[in-house]
Amino acid sequence: MTRPVIGILGAGKLGTTLARLSVHAGYPTLIGSRKPVADLKWVVDVLAPGAETVTAAELTDRADIVILAIPLSQIPALDPTDFAGKIVLDAANYWADVDGSTNTFSSLTEGSSEVTQRLLSQSLVAKAFNHMGYHDLEIEVTRHPSARSAMAFATDHDAIRPAVTELITALGFAPLDLGPLRFGLLLEPGSPLFGLAEPVPAFKEALANVYDSPFGRHIIAARGGKIQ
Amino acid sequence: MTEYAFGLNTFGDLAFQDDGTPLNGAETLRQVVKEAKVADMLKIDMFALGEHHRSEFAISSPEIVLGAIAQATSRIRLGTAVTVLSSDDPVRVYERFATLHALANGREEIMLGRGSFTESFPLFGYDLADYDALFVEKNKLWDKLRHGAKVTNKGDFTTALDNVQVYPMLPKGESIPTTLAVGGSPDSILRAVTYNYPVVIAIIGGDPKRFRPYVDLYNKATTEFKRPRLPLGMHAHGIVLEDAARATEVGWKYIKAEMDRIGIDRGWAPMTRERFEFEIDQGAYYVGTPADVAAKIARNMQALDMQRFDLVYGTGGQLVSDRMATIDNYGTKVIPRVREILAGAEPQDVAPRAHAVTDAGTPATGAAATDDQAPAGDAND
Repeated sequence: MTRPVIGILGAGKLGTTLARLSVHAGYPTLIGSRKPVADLKWVVDVLAPGAETVTAAELTDRADIVILAIPLSQIPALDPTDFAGKIVLDAANYWADVDGSTNTFSSLTEGSSEVTQRLLSQSLVAKAFNHMGYHDLEIEVTRHPSARSAMAFATDHDAIRPAVTELITALGFAPLDLGPLRFGLLLEPGSPLFGLAEPVPAFKEALANVYDSPFGRHIIAARGGKIQ
Repeated sequence: MTEYAFGLNTFGDLAFQDDGTPLNGAETLRQVVKEAKVADMLKIDMFALGEHHRSEFAISSPEIVLGAIAQATSRIRLGTAVTVLSSDDPVRVYERFATLHALANGREEIMLGRGSFTESFPLFGYDLADYDALFVEKNKLWDKLRHGAKVTNKGDFTTALDNVQVYPMLPKGESIPTTLAVGGSPDSILRAVTYNYPVVIAIIGGDPKRFRPYVDLYNKATTEFKRPRLPLGMHAHGIVLEDAARATEVGWKYIKAEMDRIGIDRGWAPMTRERFEFEIDQGAYYVGTPADVAAKIARNMQALDMQRFDLVYGTGGQLVSDRMATIDNYGTKVIPRVREILAGAEPQDVAPRAHAVTDAGTPATGAAATDDQAPAGDAND
């Protein structure tokens, strides 16, 4: 069976880290950013040897699964037709240092990946790889040899659940399906699940208590109840 | 012989008397000056202060504290770790450091960082949306200013200057030594090489060896950009006590508390005991006896081909006696032992010593990186 081509859009902290994990797991891995290939290639060759540096256009053209490892505020500038028909894993988070002091992209009633799905309407979007810090990703792959760390995901497309599950597993994590994409809000900054790098039982426990947190209470206040 | 440098860093974490009474900010600042004097007497190479604008830390104006320390010490180098240039005025920063240059007889060093804390942005009227652009533009201006010559500048966030001399002038031929602090951003590494700045990487979580790719990138960039390979270093938290179990408990109480407090602001989960112990055993914390800490520092400096190590002491506050014990152990036992280990691993004119630490014999090659390529590979953070 041929493995899907993974295309990582964004070559910063998260993008290069995911590229290393993807290469290590044996996937054909493409990486691209706004930088010209000539400026990025030698950097990628050092930071993620084995990943192929391409233009963003070539990346979306060739990849079967695209991972968005770019600032949230750059997502509206993406051309939806480039991503049509692709599985898109949205790892972006609202982050004030990058996106500015006010989150103008998403809200407690429409999570950031729901917005991404709305913008990339012809794509199969899942929220994944967003809740664990880039600095923890590689640690977590090896830290619990007997109990892998949970990597939660959410999507509205049942057809892509097997592919997402397989990729998360291959990269070294225990996939945890939260259900439809709206539940991805529970993984966003401010949530007790955000930043969580723990095996599945501990993650599930935090998930069970999420509405006891200030973030959970804000969700209830904003939406008139828990996410249904 | 490679030149190595060992420093102490503090953010001025509010300390505690040995009976548990908290020191206030003023008392903590005076305590830091005392600690710097001890560090100077112990011949520690560098004492560097972080700039913060939040309740846990007393130091918001590091240069003033360094000015006081300059008068109380004679040889130790006095630095910042870091100066948040993005939310400061580079011209004023020059004025303060040129003043310190005079008062400290050239012992000052500025370490520039983007700042993992962002409190200074709203405080000084900057928009976080400009985070990157601010850093890039102010870095550019700083690189002109630091040589003390007349400056011409035009920018979006900085004042227009047309051949302006800023005072006090530096003695002819002198400049303000500048180091760049880096978290995990590849672009920061490239920027350091572009400007010819030595790099200190903040390694505050996880196996330090996972930063090897960034060291490789630095080395590669020096070739690409035809720049000299300057010293690389790391900055990490530690507690050095004769009693290893006690060091662990002090760390669990204070380092965890600080990480958790910061985590609340950044949306991180609290640190678990398991993760904390992982950080001591295999990760980024230098918590234990002088022998253990020395072995770990040497091992990681070798694995990362680094020439500088800065220990962050007093994280989370801690009792004054434990802070002092860490400084004393670091100066009298850890640093001499690390130097010994590193010297033992240097290539000798005669046959290499048989007992050289295994993976230390081949510094600077990629071997170390690929060997622990259990996809090794933060922080902040």
